[in-house]
Amino acid sequence: MIILLQLPGNPNVGKSTVFNSLTGLHQHTGNWPGKTVSNAMGITNFMDKDFLLVDIPGTYSIMSNSQEEEIARDYICFGNPDCTVVVVDSTCLERNLNLVYQILEITNKVVVCVNLLDEAKKKGIEIDLNKLSSELGVPVVGTIARKKKTLKNLMQNIYDVCSSNKNKKYFKIQYGDDIENSINILEKDVRDLLQNHEFNNYRWITLKLLEGNKKIISSIENYLDLKLLGNETIQNSLSKAKELLIKNDITSSSFKDKIVSTIMFHGETIALKVTSCKRLDYNYKNNKIDKILTSKLTGIPIMLLFFAMIFWITITGANYPSQMLSNSFNYIEAKLVYLFESFNSPNWLISMLIYGMYRTLGWVVAVMLPPMAIFFPLFTILEDLGYLPRIAFNLDGFFRKACTSGKQALTMCMGVTKLEFFIISLFVLHYLTDLPGFLQTTNIYYFISCKYYF
Amino acid sequence: MKNTTLDKLDINECAIILDLKCKGDLRRRLLDLGLVNGTNIKVIFKSPMGNPVAYEVRGTTIALRKEDSKLINIKY
Repeated sequence: MIILLQLPGNPNVGKSTVFNSLTGLHQHTGNWPGKTVSNAMGITNFMDKDFLLVDIPGTYSIMSNSQEEEIARDYICFGNPDCTVVVVDSTCLERNLNLVYQILEITNKVVVCVNLLDEAKKKGIEIDLNKLSSELGVPVVGTIARKKKTLKNLMQNIYDVCSSNKNKKYFKIQYGDDIENSINILEKDVRDLLQNHEFNNYRWITLKLLEGNKKIISSIENYLDLKLLGNETIQNSLSKAKELLIKNDITSSSFKDKIVSTIMFHGETIALKVTSCKRLDYNYKNNKIDKILTSKLTGIPIMLLFFAMIFWITITGANYPSQMLSNSFNYIEAKLVYLFESFNSPNWLISMLIYGMYRTLGWVVAVMLPPMAIFFPLFTILEDLGYLPRIAFNLDGFFRKACTSGKQALTMCMGVTKLEFFIISLFVLHYLTDLPGFLQTTNIYYFISCKYYF
Repeated sequence: MKNTTLDKLDINECAIILDLKCKGDLRRRLLDLGLVNGTNIKVIFKSPMGNPVAYEVRGTTIALRKEDSKLINIKY
């Protein structure tokens, strides 16, 4: 039997690296939220058991309504995993704990993977993993995704969670008397309704009912295959609970705010308890570099310099392999013509197949392949350095004037290297989450780059 | 202590968030990033155009445009 695991986590916490090291797959990793567009899956073997890992899009929360968060939420709530492995960034534990708590409210089969421990060490941050584990009530494992040994420990903990049959209690966050009283009114009826059901996290369903997000509620109804809002008892106590909330001055929007901020402050308290920072100067140093990279005086020149360098390397570097490719294509072309002539093929066939199709194909490959092969690795280096978000930050003001966002600077500068045809489609998949923004940028490109078409 | 909005804050100044004047998706997004009532926030640097601005919140850096930071009430 295969064991199902899922890997949710904030964007940019090295989730895909953990996934890749465990499964041996090579998924491209990147710096932008939502880089994992579709859910990658991979299999890993531990203690003679197969584990199917599902990589879930990186999100800060699973309470909002963006598409990625809905995908993530549906997987976590209704994916029925044997274990949910939340990957968190040890260098900013506080923000990451927000998602951890949201997940702990839903499921009790959780392992928290505190990743990027090497980065934290560099920054002088220390995390008391045992203390964190006892606060959260679930196993916490520190990892450095590149070091296999730490991942072995992670798999051991996952294995233990999956093989234990104990019905653990769900993690409970106290929301204060006003909200707790309303929860108590409704939870009883939810419990009665779901008595014979396998799904037994009544408190979470109650919270979602009180929150009143129709989309989640109908997903829950579909999953449980029963009507919640259509049920008279539930409907009655829900309106009773809501009345009580309003009596306590909690409207439906301030209810959500209260939930979010309670979880946030919970995370803050715990993060303070378990982390200690020894080198306060590190952030200061980082900020200094950031200031140089983004200031009025030096930010733009440095950026232009970077671009100029990349383009120069791409364009001059691509000339040599382009020439070689084009020569070899020409050589093959001559041979092909000779071959066709030896069959006594008619002229029209030769000109259609060889001078038409083959030659165009050769041109496209010779012209486009080398710059792509050079440009992409260079761009990946900039991405890994984390420079791309700074570019977006620098240029956002300018791009706003054209009614798009700074993010599109990245796609734009790729368009300049006459590769736009391929790259647009690649980048659309990876980076652009908003359709209107995408339409704007592509429109701009087509004006810029039509001179490159045949 | 003075009540104002986040966009009025200058570099290296700190403030405490009071509430958000926006609704819907933007509100959720800002809350998710940790901008809830009572949170400390600090301006760390500005982009060449002066907009967006980078803030330090809950140990991480986030960038907000003026049109969004205008909607965040703070005291400092």
